[in-house]
Amino acid sequence: MKYMLLLIGDESVWINSADEEKRAIFAMHEKLGEELAKKNAFLAGEELDHSSTATTVRNEGGKSLVTDGPYAEVAEHLGGFYLIEADDLDEALRYAKMLPGTVEVRPVVEH
Amino acid sequence: MQEALAAAYREHWARLLALLTKRFGDIDLAEEALQEAFAAASRAWMEERPANAAGWLMITARRKALDKLRRQAALSRRHRFAWMGADVGEVEEEGLPDERLGLLFMCCHPALSREAQVALTLRAVAGISTEAIAGLFLVPVPTMAARLTRAKNKIRAARIPFREPQADELAERMAGVMAVIYLIFTEGYVPREGVAVTRAELCEEAVRLGRALCEVAPANKEARALLALMLLQNARRDARLGADGEVLTLDQQDRSLWRHDEIAEAVTLLEGIGGKGFAGAYHLQAAIAAEHSRPWRPADWQVVAQLYALLEAVQPSPFVRLSRAVAVMEAFGPERGLELLADVEEQLAGHGPMHLARGEMLLRAGQSEAGRAAIGRALELSRKVAERRYLEARLREIG
Repeated sequence: MKYMLLLIGDESVWINSADEEKRAIFAMHEKLGEELAKKNAFLAGEELDHSSTATTVRNEGGKSLVTDGPYAEVAEHLGGFYLIEADDLDEALRYAKMLPGTVEVRPVVEH
Repeated sequence: MQEALAAAYREHWARLLALLTKRFGDIDLAEEALQEAFAAASRAWMEERPANAAGWLMITARRKALDKLRRQAALSRRHRFAWMGADVGEVEEEGLPDERLGLLFMCCHPALSREAQVALTLRAVAGISTEAIAGLFLVPVPTMAARLTRAKNKIRAARIPFREPQADELAERMAGVMAVIYLIFTEGYVPREGVAVTRAELCEEAVRLGRALCEVAPANKEARALLALMLLQNARRDARLGADGEVLTLDQQDRSLWRHDEIAEAVTLLEGIGGKGFAGAYHLQAAIAAEHSRPWRPADWQVVAQLYALLEAVQPSPFVRLSRAVAVMEAFGPERGLELLADVEEQLAGHGPMHLARGEMLLRAGQSEAGRAAIGRALELSRKVAERRYLEARLREIG
């Protein structure tokens, strides 16, 4: 079964963190990457650019409204994601626990 | 016949639901099928109760579940596979394997909200109807039904597994299961505002769940301690409320109303835990309750104070400190009690019982003016009629 791990956090914390802290965080991602590769469970995963680079398109009534910025003005933003394969929620949560910060785990609907 | 059916329900519901859920991988389907099997039993058992009631129910529920799947044209390979090696023969000859622990872990999974965990555990493991659960928690039936449906949907959609957690998570998950069971107990034990009676049925169910947990996890010391704790508290059910529904302190209670057989069972459980020290917070709380339950002599307050100190170390909270301060006052005098209370006075400023305890300590220490003021503050904070009556009487008494 597929799960999406959504990495959520305060971007300013990331920007202001020291190189050493960043290295530690990258190391955690590397470790997860190895773990996923070992189990052949990695489907996709990317780091997203800063939310200030986001553009939001709202399609309604045949019209498209394009605005600058993310879909909602909140303190925490989606900063990256992993799409993984796991047997059940417990396994997905084990992967999520290997990551820094807040991770939202969502099952993917199979059509 | 109705009794036979009710007995079968009590005895077999959780075990059968656990097996069906495990085999079909779908708690909702399992529950519906089992419900229908019991409905079928109420007709089929009119004449004669089958010798192997559990086997009969299992086979019937299995057939109902498979019928449902066929109707949905959804009999996937997984479901067919799930039934291999689990045939009627096994049910009849070897008895039913006990998979209730897996069901408990599923219902108490941390990915579900606490209130969903409680509701699911009562529905699935205790076998209480949605209507009855709603009644016990004083919420409308549709609210409780929606809560259960949402939880079961999440179990299915997010695939919350039916199995024992991995070793490194086991202790934490076990603690979660115990927290849910004890929450059910305290929900029944602590009278709610506006509700005169304690909901004794919830306490009974929690004790039953505690027994089930001990059966499926016999090596777990904390589980035994939790059962002992609930038995000790529940043994006072007939004595702990006064004529007006007010909660009586231990020394106000009529000890002849305590269930001494249940106390004895709990004490035996605690003695059986063995080993040095204590298994955890439930064990310490049970030891405290046991110290207060000796029928032939009052509690040894020095022992109680010592136990509270240990409890505070593993589970620090201002309420534990308050209880500890009271025990210390009884054992070593009001000055020592007041000293301990000083740290949490601010935190518990809105908590009436703290002011009452502090007032009594001040009175014993000879500070009658301050003592009276503290008890007066407890009265200001109290919203319960019976409690107010007690505090007013106490204030008159001390003049």
